[in-house]
Amino acid sequence: MPPFIIMHELSITESILAIALRHAEQAGAMRITGINLVIGKFSTVVDDSVQFYWDMIAEGTIARGAKLTFQRVPAEMTCRDCGHTFAPDDQTFTCPQCLSPRVKISKGEELRVESIDIE
Amino acid sequence: MPQRVSIVENIMSANDRMAQKNRAIFDNAGVLAINIMASPGAGKTTFIIRTLDALQGRLRMGVIEGDLATSIDAEKAAAAGLPAVQINTGGECHLDAVMLSDALGALPLVDLDLVIVENVGNLVCPANFQIGTHINVLVASIPEGDDKPYKYPGMYRGVQALVISKTDLLPYVPFNMGYFRQGVEALNPGVVTFPVSAKTGEGMSAWADWLVDQVMSHRSKVKG
Repeated sequence: MPPFIIMHELSITESILAIALRHAEQAGAMRITGINLVIGKFSTVVDDSVQFYWDMIAEGTIARGAKLTFQRVPAEMTCRDCGHTFAPDDQTFTCPQCLSPRVKISKGEELRVESIDIE
Repeated sequence: MPQRVSIVENIMSANDRMAQKNRAIFDNAGVLAINIMASPGAGKTTFIIRTLDALQGRLRMGVIEGDLATSIDAEKAAAAGLPAVQINTGGECHLDAVMLSDALGALPLVDLDLVIVENVGNLVCPANFQIGTHINVLVASIPEGDDKPYKYPGMYRGVQALVISKTDLLPYVPFNMGYFRQGVEALNPGVVTFPVSAKTGEGMSAWADWLVDQVMSHRSKVKG
């Protein structure tokens, strides 16, 4: 998967900020100190770009300076024939155990805000 | 006192909610909307023009133009007698649901059967953004290579129809159709696929007929 296309991270970062601010307000927080994200490999979101945009757009909000933590979920596929789970590469999706091409994605599509740390 | 608040919210949820609103607007008007995505140079624009040609007189169509570097601009579509809206993406790499929502008001939806949205040429960014169309379509062209499902799984995963375009080039470029289709099948089992050549016209009628069927079945569903 190409790691170099970054622009959509701006929209994604704006969504993360909106979610964090909404929940912080509901909790009566004075400050957001951390944002914990779960991002799957298939979601094509680049950590560094999100951090880059974050530093710009969180300025002037209670989330300014919050630490972004990315829990990356690696790509995982499951064979529909033998049930074996494996990490696909970007060359082939064939099951390494029984060589079946009938496989499906079982992990790696996550794209969520898991929690925030507030004061 | 620091405190952790559990959230577990999909990052795309606000966009997805707006996409649902767009879809409801289409449904209320009895319109089927399709979102055409492709890499730059895949022939998206030509494919759309041939699609409009093939459906002329069968469906009442409108075009929403989101590509940064398109050649069917609003004027061209208007010259063909079709209502068209150009979205200014402001340099963004994708359309999102808010941009589409802004464009919807400019189309006479109640007088249309089908709206074709041309997304920004890009195989990465648009995949994360639902815009509210009923059918997401990927146009994958033969010269791009047979490895693209493996390189851009998110895009292949999220579409309801796959157009394999420029099939007239198959004799001239190395393209292992079995390898390509195996990648597609892993990501999107059973997705409906149309091999076409916009140049020779091969396969275009099957695609056009399928679209007409989709419009009819969608209309009977939303109109009860």
